[in-house]
Amino acid sequence: MTKMKVEVLDRRQFVVASGAGAAAIIAGFSSAANATPEKAAEWIKKLTNGAKATEGKIKVDLPEIAENGNTVPIKVSVESPMTADNYVKAVHLIAEGNPAPELCSFYFTPMSGKANAATRVRLARTQKVIGIAVMSDGKVYMSQTQVKVTIGGCGG
Amino acid sequence: MAKARVKAPKKAKAGDIVTIKTLITHKMESGRRKNKKTGEVIPRHIIDKFTAKFNGETFFSSDWHGAISANPYMSFSFKASKSGEFEFIWHDEKGEITSKKSKLVVA
Repeated sequence: MTKMKVEVLDRRQFVVASGAGAAAIIAGFSSAANATPEKAAEWIKKLTNGAKATEGKIKVDLPEIAENGNTVPIKVSVESPMTADNYVKAVHLIAEGNPAPELCSFYFTPMSGKANAATRVRLARTQKVIGIAVMSDGKVYMSQTQVKVTIGGCGG
Repeated sequence: MAKARVKAPKKAKAGDIVTIKTLITHKMESGRRKNKKTGEVIPRHIIDKFTAKFNGETFFSSDWHGAISANPYMSFSFKASKSGEFEFIWHDEKGEITSKKSKLVVA
C-alpha cells in the first residue's frame, strides 16, 4: 500500500515539474527574439505620425502558406487614380512576428501610374503582416494579412 | 560587387503603364545569423535604399530593412509619357552604389 502511494506522488510531481519547464521554455521564446505587436504598433505610429488608419483601399498579397520563410513573395496594390492631386505617397509593410517589425517602405509619385509593388521578404514564423498606405491628402489606410510560415527565415 | 539586372520595356505608347522588374545579387546579411562553427554573429550588411529615376526625376523609391530576402527583387509601375532614360540605383549600407540605365522610346 505504501509503495503505491509513493508512486502516485512521484508521477504527480513529475507532471507539475515538466509543466513548469514547458511554460518556461515558451516564455523564453516569446521574449527572446520576436517583435511583439506592441513593438509593431510603435513602429506604425512613427511612420504615420500617429494618424488613425482606416481599413481598406490597400491590398497585400501573400501566399496562404509560405514553405520557406527566407523568401516569401509579397505584393501590394492600393486603389488610387494616381493623379497629381490624389495619389499614394507611401506604403509601409510591417511584420508583427519578426525579430524586427519593419519589412520595407515604398514611395510612389504620380509618375508611377499605379501604386503597385512587389518584392520578397523574410518571415520568422506564422504571423500577421500589416500594410499601411499613406495618401497625398494625409489619409491613412491599412490591411492585415495572415500568413502561415513552415520554416522560419531569420537565421538562428 | 553587386550585379544588377533590370527588365524594363524599350518601347511604349504615351499613357501606357508599364511594369519594371529588377534584381540584384546581394547577401542582405540581416545581422541575426550566427556562424555555425564559432557561434559569432555575422555582422549586418544590407542594401537599404533603392531609387528609380526617369530623366533624373525620382518616380519610385523604397527603404529596405533586414527582412528583405537575399538577392532582392523589386517590381513596380511607371506611366510612360515621353522618351527618355531610366536610372536605377541601389545604395548599400557601407556606401557602395550600384546603378543601371535603360532607354525608353515613347511613340
